Amino acid sequence: MTQQVQLQESANLPARGEEPGQRKWQDYFTFNGDHKVIGIQYLVTTFIFYLIGGMLATAVRTELATPDADFVSPELYNSLFTVHATIMIFLWIVPAGAGFANYILPLMIGAKDMAFPKLNALAFWIIPPAGILLLSSFLVGAPGAGWTSYPPLSLISGKAGEEIWILSLLLLGTSSILGAVNFVVTIFKMRIPGMGFNQMPLFCWAMLATSALILIATPVLAAALILLSFDLLAGTAFFNPTGGGDPIVYQHMFWFYSHPAVYIMILPFFGVLSEVIPVNSRKPIFGYKAIAYSSLAISFLGLIVWAHHMFTSGTPGWLRMFFMITTMVIAVPTGIKIFSWLATLWGGKLRLNSALLFAMGFISTFVLGGITGVMVASVPFDIHVHDTYFVVAHLHYVLFGGSVFGIYSAFYHWFPKMTGRMMNETWGRIHFALTYIGFNVTFLPMHVLGLQGMPRRVAMYDPKFATLNLVCSIGAYLLAVSTFPFIINAIWSWSKGPKAGDNPWDALTLEWMTTSPPPIENFDATPVLATGPYDYGMGNRDTQVGVPFSDAKDPALSAGPSSALRADPDPAVAAHPDDRQGESQNRE
Amino acid sequence: MNIPNSILTMLAGIGLTLVSLWYGQNHGLLPVAASEEATHVDNLFNTMMTISTGLFLLVQGVLVIAAVKYRRRKDDNTDGPPIHGNIPLEILWTAIPAVIVLGISVYSFEIYNEMGGLDPMSSHDHTLNVAHNMPGAAIAAPLPGTEETASQPQQAPEQKLIALGVGASPAHEGTTADVVVNVTGLQFAWIFSYPDSGVTSGELHVPANREVQLNIAANDVLHALWLPELRLKQDAIPGRTTELRFTPAKVGEYPVICAELCGSYHGAMKSRLIVHTPEEFDSWVKSQQEVANREVLEQAVAVNPANLSEGEYLAPYAEDMGVNPQILEQLRSSHDHAAHNF
Repeated sequence: MTQQVQLQESANLPARGEEPGQRKWQDYFTFNGDHKVIGIQYLVTTFIFYLIGGMLATAVRTELATPDADFVSPELYNSLFTVHATIMIFLWIVPAGAGFANYILPLMIGAKDMAFPKLNALAFWIIPPAGILLLSSFLVGAPGAGWTSYPPLSLISGKAGEEIWILSLLLLGTSSILGAVNFVVTIFKMRIPGMGFNQMPLFCWAMLATSALILIATPVLAAALILLSFDLLAGTAFFNPTGGGDPIVYQHMFWFYSHPAVYIMILPFFGVLSEVIPVNSRKPIFGYKAIAYSSLAISFLGLIVWAHHMFTSGTPGWLRMFFMITTMVIAVPTGIKIFSWLATLWGGKLRLNSALLFAMGFISTFVLGGITGVMVASVPFDIHVHDTYFVVAHLHYVLFGGSVFGIYSAFYHWFPKMTGRMMNETWGRIHFALTYIGFNVTFLPMHVLGLQGMPRRVAMYDPKFATLNLVCSIGAYLLAVSTFPFIINAIWSWSKGPKAGDNPWDALTLEWMTTSPPPIENFDATPVLATGPYDYGMGNRDTQVGVPFSDAKDPALSAGPSSALRADPDPAVAAHPDDRQGESQNRE
Repeated sequence: MNIPNSILTMLAGIGLTLVSLWYGQNHGLLPVAASEEATHVDNLFNTMMTISTGLFLLVQGVLVIAAVKYRRRKDDNTDGPPIHGNIPLEILWTAIPAVIVLGISVYSFEIYNEMGGLDPMSSHDHTLNVAHNMPGAAIAAPLPGTEETASQPQQAPEQKLIALGVGASPAHEGTTADVVVNVTGLQFAWIFSYPDSGVTSGELHVPANREVQLNIAANDVLHALWLPELRLKQDAIPGRTTELRFTPAKVGEYPVICAELCGSYHGAMKSRLIVHTPEEFDSWVKSQQEVANREVLEQAVAVNPANLSEGEYLAPYAEDMGVNPQILEQLRSSHDHAAHNF
């Protein structure tokens, strides 16, 4: 165990619970206010929806294995991809991020729970009925106007299914807003004394940026959906051109939320990578402040790019230029993160466990999604590829190669903390290999399909695209198979895996300074910061010669082994400040 | 022989640049470029591919090298070097992407302007033109060749809106296109009508090396007219007219695709773009006019549909088509209602 880990753990020994927290299985089926129960409720529920969404995707790819619409009817096909996309976005990636944040965030900042535990439970318990409601639409004719649900098509294609879709999304949006309020208040008000914003783990920064986006953007989607509902049920004509309405206004309102939604889906997992990479590279995160502030920059810029989804519809020329530039600029803070992660990996002592493999897989695939993101931001090129398989490929490289790889990375990383047991690494690596290969076989050829002329959302296509589509479908089956090693591994390890101990990865953030799983209210006493969250290797700092430190001019940051001072803990609440003092004196 | 790291890095950089340059220009990912606009877009794409290839290989290379070279040795539980940051390096990797995206933005702007995306003259005729047909009912669309289809876009100077689409390139600003085609999207077909010659067709015929303007409208739901070989796409929006202006450069047959989800048979909403030589195009127009004249003559013997509303015109066929006559009556009402609004 390295010096910094010893320092952090010994400083927090008094804060640590005696016994690992145990829950009865029934607790997970109650309106429980414990953030850890809610976190697991979120994760298990959303994973079940992921499997359902995955089954729908497999059906879609089965249909597309041949050029003709021969597996399902074209109507059902439209419903399949509409519900697939809705589930994956609103019932898997977005709430999965909230699930990890629910479990980990209060632990990371040393809090006993979230700021509003009952609101937290309410936010979760909205999700299962909303999901079931959405799936029930298959009984009355599921929505088939795509997850964008553009009018006028959404107004004429199966009213019952469409209305169910709207209601389901309104519920999920409400859940999302309630969760975001909780995260913001928790981060602002419940950090332990001594944890300034710049000592806060980067996952918390990411959740802060995500929550801000949710609070600003989600109400606009709700407004759009309510107006669409009026058009659908009450005969109004906000978006219905037959009554003088404007369908383009819906697109503006929809994308005002739904583009930021991409960042709502990816930012939490940027945060996950910023935890997993330094821990498993045994190095400090490279450019802490740059990564933290770039999350905020992405959050802000994410709000002013929505019209790039509308370059081919209702935007005038000059507006297209504005949105092109703002969209491209997002590549800069995103690039800062990617390069900082690479610099963290470079020269480290990489523990290539499943969590780090998925994190590196994230970077490997997300970078392609980011590059094609800059491409589609360019108006002249976007005019060609908009609404084609190129965009399908791009969004899956961002949301599967990014968010889903991030979710898996987070699963492997925090599974020992949540369950007290380790996952099997061999099966984890098999899972990674199958997922990485299956993912690329499925989505890489889609770039070519789109460039060559295949539009998206079609049940039947030109036979000249048959071969590549077959490859995509085979990849999709491989991707479906890839989930089995994970499911088996998770279930088996949860009950029979080797005991994890409190801090199996020798990490420094506070969630690892309590028992696994943590007791109710997390810590027996208020934990303290004896080190920064990513101070790996700082103990040997005096022996490092010629290493470039960006913090050389910052006495607090360059305090080296005595970096306990950096946290500036409040002596009134610090458990054993004398211990830390003694620790640093010994080394001096 | 021990080669210094700086030399290896330089060689890797040169190799990366060469591979990127080669692949960026030789990727072969795009279909044939059949218009002047397409060539511009392809040049832009090739530039982006060159930069992207370099960046992609750089990131993948770092990942692979890190995974191989820096993997933890067995029983080594020590930490790595405590490098927190490096300000010059961070400035470098902020500045370089910023300059790259700025460069791509300016280049995209140039290309877009060259294509006619910023044509200020194209704001002259874009009026709200509320569809007055039964939403979603393809049968309710104005029949090809009827007065309404042929006269679109409707002129109403007092209701100007901002232009939507791609207009004339700077070289052609202020001029009218050589060929104007009114395009109507409806579930699940494209109708092309030529106001100058009165021809209506299910396929888009245009002459090569002549400027063509498409005025695009939709009757029921959103559609998007996509011409992949021309690298052009524009949504057809109910209630608005949008435009595309381009100059086809290569004679041939190319697909016309609907790219915006428009219902269950969206995937089947296809047609053909046929780029003729100017002479062939003229003879095609003539042949179509002859066919149209014959049809008009035959219809005139029976009844002139131009004088009838859709409801009246369709009434005799309603039973055969399985349409309730009451719906047709509503159709007439909605038509009248829409007409009163404008």
